[in-house]
Amino acid sequence: MIYQSFKMAVKAIAGNKMRSFLTILGVVIGVVAIVVLVSIGQGANSSVVESIEGMGTNLITANINARRMNPIDLDSLNELAQNENISYVAPISTVSGTVKAGAATYDDGVVQGTTPGYESIRNWTVAEGRFLQQPDIDNRSFVAVIGSEAATEMYGTTHAVGETFSLNGYTITVVGVLAEVGSSASGSNDNQILIPFTLAQRLSNQTSISSFYVSAASSAQVGQAQTAVESYLEKAFASYNTNSFGTQYSVFNQSEMLSTLSETTNTLTLMLGGIAAISLLVGGIGIMNIMLVSVSERTREIGIRKAIGAARGNILMQFLIESLVVSLMGGLMGLAISVVAVNALAPVLQMTLTIPVNVAWMAIAFSVFIGVVFGMYPANKASKLRPIEALHYEG
Amino acid sequence: MIDMTDVVKRYTLGGETIYALNHISLHVDKGEYVAIIGPSGSGKSTLMNIIGCLDTADSGSYMLNDKPIQKYRERQLARIRNRQIGFIFQGFNLLPKLSALENVELPLIYQGAGVSQRRAAAREALERVGLGQRMKHRPAQLSGGQQQRCAIARAIAVKPSLILADEPTGNLDKKTGREILQIFRELHLAGNTIVLITHDPKVAQSAERVIRIEDGRLYENQEVPQDDLPVV
Repeated sequence: MIYQSFKMAVKAIAGNKMRSFLTILGVVIGVVAIVVLVSIGQGANSSVVESIEGMGTNLITANINARRMNPIDLDSLNELAQNENISYVAPISTVSGTVKAGAATYDDGVVQGTTPGYESIRNWTVAEGRFLQQPDIDNRSFVAVIGSEAATEMYGTTHAVGETFSLNGYTITVVGVLAEVGSSASGSNDNQILIPFTLAQRLSNQTSISSFYVSAASSAQVGQAQTAVESYLEKAFASYNTNSFGTQYSVFNQSEMLSTLSETTNTLTLMLGGIAAISLLVGGIGIMNIMLVSVSERTREIGIRKAIGAARGNILMQFLIESLVVSLMGGLMGLAISVVAVNALAPVLQMTLTIPVNVAWMAIAFSVFIGVVFGMYPANKASKLRPIEALHYEG
Repeated sequence: MIDMTDVVKRYTLGGETIYALNHISLHVDKGEYVAIIGPSGSGKSTLMNIIGCLDTADSGSYMLNDKPIQKYRERQLARIRNRQIGFIFQGFNLLPKLSALENVELPLIYQGAGVSQRRAAAREALERVGLGQRMKHRPAQLSGGQQQRCAIARAIAVKPSLILADEPTGNLDKKTGREILQIFRELHLAGNTIVLITHDPKVAQSAERVIRIEDGRLYENQEVPQDDLPVV
């Protein structure tokens, strides 16, 4: 019986192609809107997560706000690095200055002083040459490790080991080139120019450390590591009467940042999906509208069917399945178009977009739901028609 | 077969109660060929609807094959219409988008018959009315007479206990009408019970028993009292 109703539904839909197409289109647009928007939302979320995770999931960042009285120095950081929950500590300081390779100036570079631990903290790998090493720090060597983008910009090749550039008049030799990492939440990582921290201090005339990175021994130890960093900072600042300056330092870890950002993008995704769901609702109302027209157009047919023995259930089933077939076709077509759309959009938006399986199922389930809900009223109306009146209906 | 006792059907029109059927009793045996004749407004359509289980009486009893129809609810009435009654209408009432074969199959689909079974029954019925060569045609591709034959095939395909025809020749020319009546006679000779409703005395003559209906009352083998006729 259901198979027969299905066949009747297909016949009725095929019998009125233009109208069926437009009705289905309403559902298609709704489903495409939901699936594509949710996919973009989730794509944005995962690229945010990815870029933060790219900075190292075990990463803890400490910023020192105190300007004048700053007790943090390299030696005490090395002590902190001895903590069992901490694998690496690396200070970072940005040097402002002009980078010149030959006659050309490279403006997009970020010159930072750091220590050998930074390589592991940021999960970076050296493509060629070597990273900064402890003797470089101890001797304030005029050496640098540069990002792949910086290398190509300055020398036209990533094989830049042995090349030199000048920074504020000092000649610095490139000893290593980093493998390409792409951009992360903190911007491009391939335009880095890393020099020994001690050299950076001298070049910028600074002795204090205003920010440093710590990597926890494992992701499970991030909490303990953070506590260790905080107690270290508290101890370091204990001898300073700095109440009037407010907070002297801030410490945060990646997972906190991750969850904050994820929450934001999830909320955004939900909002986009919700707005898109409205268009599916409109599509559903379209189905209801056309089914009501169909019922009144086919009053006589319903009368004939009832006269020759169709029970209420048969008529109800026939019209319900018809609206279900319309909405399900809309759902499937919408999903197919979404796949195409998402694949076309991914390169434009520079995101890795995939349609999550649960979203695909949800779209199908939602369109079936729409078909049943909005088909029920017209189908019920059809099934309740009295056979004699329906037979004598002149439509 | 049909056993009606004291059946009443009222309508209210403009605050006035009209008795479409005024305490009617009717008995039809199995195998009979009965014509019910009356002018329009006499209540014959109402009678046909009640016999055909499309409508129920306000009071009185109606037994069809010893089943108390007046106690039945919608679902059971649909089942009776499906299995016991073969309808033939003046306007044929075929579904325009289905082929002749599919139209004839329709009541069998509602019976839940299997594909091969209902196809065989539908073919047999169509061949019986002489439409064996036109099975794939749609109603619009058939002449009026052929459409009515198709409708007859649909009615007899389920092997109903009662064939109920409402002005079956009303939309046809005389020659075609005679052909349709010929089919009715053949069906009658094959043992079918037929109730034919018409306003045309010539059509009624083809039946072996004629019952008149006037103003919601039945008259058989007697003249309709002239003074009962409505003043037009």
